[in-house]
Amino acid sequence: MTDQAYNFAYLDEATKRMLRRALLKAVAIPGYQVPFSSREMPMPYGWGTGGVQVTAACLVPEDTLKVIDQGADDTTNAVSIRSFFEKVAGVATTEATAEASVIQTRHRIPETPLHAGQILVFQVPIPEPLRFLEPRETETRVMHALEDYGLMQVRLYEDIARHGEIARAYAYPVKVEGRYVMDPSPIPKFDNPKLNMSPALQLFGAGRECRIYALPPFTRVESLDFEDYPFTPSKAAGQDCAICGASGSYLDEVITDDAGGRMFVCSDTDYCATRVQEASA
Amino acid sequence: MIEVSGAGKRFVLHNQGGAVLPVMAGAFLDVKPGECVALVGPSGVGKSTLMRMIWGNYRCDEGSIRVAGLDLRDAAPRDILALRRDRLGYVSQFLRVIPRVPALNIVAEPLLANGIAEAAAFDRARSMLERVNIPQRLWSLSPTTFSGGEQQRVNIARGFVQHWPCLLLDEPTASLDADNRAVVLGLIREAKADGAAILGIFHDTDARAAVCDREVDMNDFTPREAAA
Amino acid sequence: MIPLLQVTGLSKRYGAHVGCADVAFDLWPGEVMGIVGESGSGKSTLLNCLAGHLAPDAGQVIFDTREQGPRDTRAMTEAERRWLARTDWAYVHQNPRDGLRMGVSAGGNVGERLMAVGARHYGDIRGQAQDWLSRVEIDTGRMDDRPGTFSGGMQQRVQIARNLVTGPRLVFMDEPTGGLDVSVQARLLDLLRGLVRRLGLSVVIVTHDLAVVRLLADRLMVMKDGHVVEEGLTDQVLDDPQHGYTQLLVSSVLHV
Repeated sequence: MTDQAYNFAYLDEATKRMLRRALLKAVAIPGYQVPFSSREMPMPYGWGTGGVQVTAACLVPEDTLKVIDQGADDTTNAVSIRSFFEKVAGVATTEATAEASVIQTRHRIPETPLHAGQILVFQVPIPEPLRFLEPRETETRVMHALEDYGLMQVRLYEDIARHGEIARAYAYPVKVEGRYVMDPSPIPKFDNPKLNMSPALQLFGAGRECRIYALPPFTRVESLDFEDYPFTPSKAAGQDCAICGASGSYLDEVITDDAGGRMFVCSDTDYCATRVQEASA
Repeated sequence: MIEVSGAGKRFVLHNQGGAVLPVMAGAFLDVKPGECVALVGPSGVGKSTLMRMIWGNYRCDEGSIRVAGLDLRDAAPRDILALRRDRLGYVSQFLRVIPRVPALNIVAEPLLANGIAEAAAFDRARSMLERVNIPQRLWSLSPTTFSGGEQQRVNIARGFVQHWPCLLLDEPTASLDADNRAVVLGLIREAKADGAAILGIFHDTDARAAVCDREVDMNDFTPREAAA
Repeated sequence: MIPLLQVTGLSKRYGAHVGCADVAFDLWPGEVMGIVGESGSGKSTLLNCLAGHLAPDAGQVIFDTREQGPRDTRAMTEAERRWLARTDWAYVHQNPRDGLRMGVSAGGNVGERLMAVGARHYGDIRGQAQDWLSRVEIDTGRMDDRPGTFSGGMQQRVQIARNLVTGPRLVFMDEPTGGLDVSVQARLLDLLRGLVRRLGLSVVIVTHDLAVVRLLADRLMVMKDGHVVEEGLTDQVLDDPQHGYTQLLVSSVLHV
């Protein structure tokens, strides 16, 4: 099958228009979950169908696309989505965060600070932060509408009561512009501060759940906490990256043998590689 | 203070063919402050019924009953409750026992309901329990397990713990021994001296003679139909 | 002083069936009103209409709000009604499972209402939860346990603590002692009675148990087929019932 068999960026224009309308509404109401009519995509749910649709709706031929999965450009999900768009949109791709105009991500925000004009597209499995506290979707919608967020706080209370601290390490709930409570997708809470006042446009797509939400540039995003148990972004304690030596980045644990050997390396492969390159230059 | 004027009462038994039982008609009564009046007459003549009409748990169907300025026939429930809180006391033979509430609290309750500080209320309650000879070891227990006489004395302590402008006594000395009977008569005399208007039922004729200023014969208020 | 709650002409139909019809009463601050009647008499429908869980077909439920004085709760927005429901109002369900979050610890259950009105200091929230759990006689050592591990009576007491922690002025209770053993009932009743008197709460309590209203209620409303057939001072209604249905109800009680 030739590339010309597809419309630009796979989706037909009417679908992209529907998506863009949802995106515009989401940008207009930061943190609010906008329903959209999610399409079947040529990949299974859970592999980024929501993110792919949002990316498809945003791409223009001049864009440079970067795709990361858990911070890495070279993992299966990232490689396949990148090649998907190379094939159906013919856009340029890159692994360099600074050079990308659109970045689709699963579970991370790049370490390199984003700049104005960039779009960061998150893949979201469960958009509803109240999901496991209140099972009725009708009720959670009312709770959002009425800013009835005591329950969200109860979840954090339970953490402290049980573990002595807020144990939630990823998908840590945030409040957007003092109004909507939002699930930032399963990014580590280490990345939460990057959501706040970001110069880039941040878009969130949940394909299976048919929801889109957004953070326009320079949106105030606060992580929920208690006055006496303030939010702390955490990383693996006392470790530096074994490859580039970075001390301030989010690290993955890599098991190196079957005798307990392990190392900690940057989860953001572009960030790590760039640092190694700069050091050797 | 307690004025009964032309009061009448009948029971309509809707579940027994709507039978109407007139039990009282044209009752007149006026108890002044510092006076103790006894209701007399054979049992079944309506002494307790009149007491209950004054207390407010029986409705008055005819005439009027005024207690400390409140007309009971038109009074709202909260007005009657307010009357019972600060102006009208009632000592019955039987204590309505609430599980788990200690005797001391039962006695102190009327004072607390009137906003008297806890320390003062409990002090007063203790002296009352002492006065009616309830052993101190029982004070912190619920009267559920007390003997009938002990329960009655707790009830008396509660009834006299505060100064009431009007007081109803239903057989206050029944089944008490001589010592306790004397204590109760003393309490009644003190209440009178304090200016209370007291209306009572006393089967104990000696007690009646000792504290009552006059008697009202309930036979005079028996409806004609019932008498016939 | 004005009534805390003024109800006029309150009616609710389910098609041809009358839920409750033309109910009117004033509830004053500190007053406890009992609503009695057999199952299907409309007492629960009435309670739900009063508490805003059901929309009545006609009538007014005017509540004396703290900020704005008397307001018809039917004309309030859902947001305002919910705010009332977690501040000045409380609702104690018959089944504690309906009023508690079973997946959340006892402390969290009590704390939720505080957090819902903006409390954000963990230590304070926990302190207040602890205080309220001890007031309802729950061992505070168990405050981090989930209600599922508690007995029915304890669950009901946690529900009461959860309801009272924000200092409500009006409490709705639906058969609060319903599913409990007699001995547990007595303890709960005594606890409720103490709390109601000490906090000066206004209460509307629905029950079919006359002993419960005798102990707790200042006044009584007797319902039959959706209509109020008799109302008045509790001991007057129970000792000198005027309506045939009330007479039947009172005479049907077994004395032990």
